[in-house]
Amino acid sequence: MNGFIRRMKALITKEFLQLSRDSSSLLLGMVLPIALILIIGYGISLDIKNIPTVVVLEDTSPKAQDVVSFLNGSAYFSPTYMTSLKDAEKVFLNRDASVIIDIPSDFTSKLSQGEAKIFVALDGVETATAMTTKGYIESSISSWLLRQPGMAGKSRIAIHSRMWYNDANSSTWFFLPGLIMLIVTIVGIMLTAIVMAREWERGTFESLFVTPVRPMELVLAKIVPYFCVAMVGVFICLILSRFLFEVPLVGSLAMVIIISMLYLMVALGIGLVISAITKNQFLACQTSILISFLPCFVLSGFIFDLRSTPIGVQIVGAVLPFSHYLTCIRSLFLSGTNWGILLKQGGLLCLYAIFFVGAAFGMTRKKVE
Amino acid sequence: MDEIMIRAKQLNKTFTIKKGKQVTALKALDLTVKKGVLTAIIGPDGAGKTTFMRLVAGLMKPTGGKLTVLGLDSVSGAEEIQTRISYMPQKFGLYEDLTVMENMNLYADLHGVPQDSRPSRFRKLLTMMGLERFTGRLAGKLSGGMKQKLGLACTLVRSPELLLLDEPTVGVDPLSRKELWEIVQQFVREENLSVLVSTAYMNEAALCSHVYVLNKGELLADGTPDALCQIAAGRCFSFPPPQGEPTRVLQAHLIDDTEHIVDAVPRGGKVHFILQEHVTNVPYLDAHGIKAEPVAPTLEDGFMVLLHKAETESLPVSREEEEILDKGGRPGKEVNIIVKNLVRKFGDFTAVANTSFEVHRGEIFGLLGPNGAGKTTTFKMLCGLLPATSGVLSVAGVNLRTARTQARANVGYVAQKFSLYSNMSVMANLEFFGGIYGLPPKRLKERIQDVVSKFYLSDRLDMKAGSLPGGYKQRLSMACALLHEPKILFLDEPTSGIDPLTRRNFWRRITTLAAMGTTIIITTHFMEEAEYCDRFMIQDNGHLLAIGSPAEIRERLHMEGADMDNIFMTIVEQAREKGEEPK
Repeated sequence: MNGFIRRMKALITKEFLQLSRDSSSLLLGMVLPIALILIIGYGISLDIKNIPTVVVLEDTSPKAQDVVSFLNGSAYFSPTYMTSLKDAEKVFLNRDASVIIDIPSDFTSKLSQGEAKIFVALDGVETATAMTTKGYIESSISSWLLRQPGMAGKSRIAIHSRMWYNDANSSTWFFLPGLIMLIVTIVGIMLTAIVMAREWERGTFESLFVTPVRPMELVLAKIVPYFCVAMVGVFICLILSRFLFEVPLVGSLAMVIIISMLYLMVALGIGLVISAITKNQFLACQTSILISFLPCFVLSGFIFDLRSTPIGVQIVGAVLPFSHYLTCIRSLFLSGTNWGILLKQGGLLCLYAIFFVGAAFGMTRKKVE
Repeated sequence: MDEIMIRAKQLNKTFTIKKGKQVTALKALDLTVKKGVLTAIIGPDGAGKTTFMRLVAGLMKPTGGKLTVLGLDSVSGAEEIQTRISYMPQKFGLYEDLTVMENMNLYADLHGVPQDSRPSRFRKLLTMMGLERFTGRLAGKLSGGMKQKLGLACTLVRSPELLLLDEPTVGVDPLSRKELWEIVQQFVREENLSVLVSTAYMNEAALCSHVYVLNKGELLADGTPDALCQIAAGRCFSFPPPQGEPTRVLQAHLIDDTEHIVDAVPRGGKVHFILQEHVTNVPYLDAHGIKAEPVAPTLEDGFMVLLHKAETESLPVSREEEEILDKGGRPGKEVNIIVKNLVRKFGDFTAVANTSFEVHRGEIFGLLGPNGAGKTTTFKMLCGLLPATSGVLSVAGVNLRTARTQARANVGYVAQKFSLYSNMSVMANLEFFGGIYGLPPKRLKERIQDVVSKFYLSDRLDMKAGSLPGGYKQRLSMACALLHEPKILFLDEPTSGIDPLTRRNFWRRITTLAAMGTTIIITTHFMEEAEYCDRFMIQDNGHLLAIGSPAEIRERLHMEGADMDNIFMTIVEQAREKGEEPK
């Protein structure tokens, strides 16, 4: 036991010394999260242009036409006018339009009473676009209202908007928890895979093997420092999403951290397994990107809701650990601490962690064959 | 008294590469290593030296036979063996981003060396290794020789029961090599250390108590160095070349005569050769009235006799090649390369300082020096791969600093690593490189035919370049570099990692090429290969220390008949004493 502690201390000290000298790992662990969160965080609120819009003028009065006049000549919208909501819905279902603005037949009469309503339906699949579109429409309508003589302050138009295909009324907030998952995955898998493969490649392991060190100690000594680095990355993400993007954290912060730690173990385990198989930095890097970055993006529900994908994709998504963490962290951020979800998904993550870390222990042998 | 540290009985090791394909690394090997002495394994590349070391270290499992280390089975007792022995792999895994001290502390911690015994042990090691002034330096910033010494220091943080050294001095300059061996010998004396070392250098094996000769996984012979020398007893002769005749030309004549001669090399300014068994005279020497003196056999002679017995395959020499030798062989007067006050700086660091020399047509010019001496930098500037900071550099009459592309047309280049397309056939490689040099199709066909016959590639034209045996690979690289008939051929460490027989063949080709008027510039870390050169230069720390023919340099140093390692060490030591401190 004494020897174990002494050797672990030596190996971990070595790892931190290397980290402090070789800025590339630190960059990967800390600068990458910042870069990703800024790129994706801002990049996702794309500017909209030429949104195909259907305007249903059930009320054809000049006032009703005037309220949507902002659409004409706008670079953001390309409007079509209709009079029947049914026809409009048909167009919308064919995906020939992403927005329906419905002005009900009683618009003009209710307007003077201050009870006017406008219905807006948005295509929730393109969440970001939909949110931006909604914002434009709302602000345009309220500024129109302000321009109406004698109505300022007195009257109001209620805008009822609804997301089609996506009830979870998402926003950029929706992406940030996913982004945390992406970052933990990349940092956890890629960083460990690379640093471990480096030892094989440079022959440093061959020398270390012929010492009293045990294989398990070598693996542990990699897990501890990179766990710390990746956790720093997680905190950076949390801080940025809270203060830069003002994402609310409805659930418990402690649970976010605990679940993230659990998931990090899964990621580290995968990284260690990759390096034990490839034993080569380049291959390890390629493999990590292939099995982490891409599935993380498309098979976890990060961008596309898994429930709306074909059953085959859903199964693959469920087998991969990514979606389970995403479910936890999203619900923690947006809907609160849901113990049912946390226990179920957290339990699954535990199993993944045991499996991958265990495999890493099993595969790292003091052999060079 | 004779305690056995390693005992191998009928040890076998095979590797499976791809499906069904097997390679035998070790075949029925019997070997013992005794306590308190140095035991050496010698053999060409691919002999199985590293495999045996790894088996002993418990890093591999034997396929058959029995291997006991410190009385423990090498498989079931692997963990205990690894705790009690020390092992220095060929490429010792120093952490390049840790300092000298941090590396040593890491190994001391892993081996459980108590804190209070460290200062004295470390001081002793650091002093012996000459590293005491560099404890805070990153291991990656040390020279090649120093890295090896640090590797050795890490394995000796405590006195191991057995020390395994796998080619500890490969590619290291002779001076550091000598120092490293003195250190190992001192530990054997002082701490009764048992050492198993593998090496490709015969003069190192000669320092050991017992030597095992391996070739292609089989034991050819074993015994004390003296006993192995005696294999060639009575068959070794040498003679000085007649005035004005390059040593290598005579050596080439002799080595071609496989009927009478086993091996011939230029050594100590003379031609050294070994007669075949039961042969008493050499027709070539008789015809030219040259009288050879018998000399005492060395370990290398014994080794070469053994190797020739095991390897029957040798390249034929065409009539044409012999004729070329008879005609030519002497370098011309025409100057091919002019280098004047050449300087190359990288930031503050001067890699090459104020170097001037000339190379003549048909001359073989060698660049020698320890790692980091500046020879690669000089070499790259000559090939036009690296611009010079200042100075004059002219290759085949073209100023390299103003017309690099033009100068390159006259130049053929063979890189240190095999840099042809591994997954293309031999023929496809030749066609591709011919195309790159812009040879018209008809000419290309002629040239390919020519190099294919000159380099004996015709039987493997359809084989993928990557799967060729080492010797073929190298001949193919040369063939590609010579397609456009360059006036000058640059060879960067062409003989590293190549077995002695292939090296002989290689130099035989070079001798022919030079006789045909091609100028050859070559770098090598085998100092004895300088003997093949017409002239060579030695660099250290970017400074040119000596330049001249082997005979001139020997005369200047008053070291008649000395071998090149000694000459090199003397030159470097003299220069360092004059105040050229090593980095």
